[in-house]
Amino acid sequence: MTQYIIRRLLQMIPITLGILTLIFSLIHLIPGDPAMQIAGEGARPEDVRAIRTALGLDQPLWKQYVTYVGNLAKGDLGTSFRTNQSVATEIKLRYPATIQLALGAMFVALLVAFPLGIISAIYRNSWIDNVARFFALLGVSMPSFWFGPLLIIAFAINHPWFPVSGRDEGFKSMVLPSVTMGLALAAILTRMIRVSLAEELNQLYVTTAVAKGVTRAKAIFRHALKNALIPVITILALQFGSLLTGAIITEQIFSWPGLGRLLIQSITTRDYPQVQASILVIALTYIMVNFLSDLLYGVVDPRIKLQ
Amino acid sequence: MKNLKRLLKNFAFTSGLILTVLLVLAAFAAPLLAPHDPNAQDTAHRLEAPSHDHPLGLDDLGRDVLSRIIFGARVSLEVGFSVVILASLIGVTLGAMSGYFGGAVDVIVMRLCDILLAFPGILLAIALVAVLGPSLVNVVLALSIIGWVGYARLVRGQVLKVREMEFVTAAKALGAKSPRVILRHVLPNVMNPVIVMATLGLAGAILAEASLSFLGLGVQPPTPSWGAMLTSGRRYLGLANHLAIFPGAAIMLAVMGLNFLGDGLIDALDPKYRKELR
Repeated sequence: MTQYIIRRLLQMIPITLGILTLIFSLIHLIPGDPAMQIAGEGARPEDVRAIRTALGLDQPLWKQYVTYVGNLAKGDLGTSFRTNQSVATEIKLRYPATIQLALGAMFVALLVAFPLGIISAIYRNSWIDNVARFFALLGVSMPSFWFGPLLIIAFAINHPWFPVSGRDEGFKSMVLPSVTMGLALAAILTRMIRVSLAEELNQLYVTTAVAKGVTRAKAIFRHALKNALIPVITILALQFGSLLTGAIITEQIFSWPGLGRLLIQSITTRDYPQVQASILVIALTYIMVNFLSDLLYGVVDPRIKLQ
Repeated sequence: MKNLKRLLKNFAFTSGLILTVLLVLAAFAAPLLAPHDPNAQDTAHRLEAPSHDHPLGLDDLGRDVLSRIIFGARVSLEVGFSVVILASLIGVTLGAMSGYFGGAVDVIVMRLCDILLAFPGILLAIALVAVLGPSLVNVVLALSIIGWVGYARLVRGQVLKVREMEFVTAAKALGAKSPRVILRHVLPNVMNPVIVMATLGLAGAILAEASLSFLGLGVQPPTPSWGAMLTSGRRYLGLANHLAIFPGAAIMLAVMGLNFLGDGLIDALDPKYRKELR
């Protein structure tokens, strides 16, 4: 296992460096003079100069890169143009909100997918299975930026059970954003559980268990489900990363004060250090989550490690 | 012919085909189909609910929603096709070179793919449009930069298989140069899965454009784009729900149609691609 972890960690180094380089180059992709663009039209030359110095754009490119990576290693993510504070301050404030939303979405997805997936695997090709299949199709095709407003119309305006936006009402404010974000994942998981469990139910060990007098329910829940869950767990972990990017849109719909909304706000105000730092944090979390889900795969299915 | 008949019996494929034809028709014949000028404003009747004269109502500036949705199909398809063409050209070229030549080319292309795949796609698109500035061209560029990776990996895998086949060896033995072998002998044999990926990629690009426009990073007003229409409609939820409902429905139907079509094509061309396209 240790060897496996070390190998995976080593594989992450070039990818992380590549991502750092990509984020570093972003500011240099701004057409024309980045400092001038950031300062905006009609800015005074001294302001443009100040921005150039603040961003180190007057240094040679290699020096800028070394300083950038060096600062990151020291935990210095840069200073926001808007607040003049470390960009890390704002990120620390917003990060928990995004994670909370992602966990909420995952909870909703599990709540829907487990019963639906298990029932449709047991009653394959019945009407329940067809309903589940239709739901899965709808779930993956419906864009969140449409589903969210539909939920708002139904459950915040027509029936004011939940707030339209914000994060001030605790659990109540979490419901609609979590359902919006969880729908697609619920759809994917339902199909996954259905296929996986249906395959296990056809295995001889289930027949053997039933032949030896185990009840059908016990054969399903004690024996088949355990094995069926292996691919599901990994998909779940992998999808957590996608939830983080999905949060960018969902947070925008519900004005949820998370990292995604911070990113879009910083883009609008052309606060590039904040943009770079937000992208970096989302991307690094994504890579870390994928790394952990790979490890998890190795734990739940020891055959993977041998490959 | 037999394949086509079998395909048309497939409900998902047929409904996908119908939806896609409608989408393409709307885009091409927009000036003929749209009942009003998509940018004509009737401020006296702004936010008006659907009526006989305006079946899908009027927006916040008094523009006909149906006409804007019909013209919006143009933007969606323009972005979709441009991205698919650009991304597949880059991806197929790099993938074919990577698979055929191997060595350093292969290592560089594949590491680049790894980095781009490790980065969540839409996040990279947002980042690129944020620095390049929001516009139709930049959306196409950003989506193509993240989109070519899938084609490159797919084609590389296929080329690795095909290049060992006897007809390729024969072509080389007859003195054909590398570009000719790749273009005339290798690529035609790896194109089927690329076609399927392009169909599914069209749906992905339309959805991505709508997402970027929804975030205010896509096509700029007054050009009618479904995503941007949804964003402005969101401000009037409760007051004029039709502004959010109809553009969203258009996006969903277009994406669903293309996905169905792609899925049907997988079954028609060769079901074994299903695994490779994942």
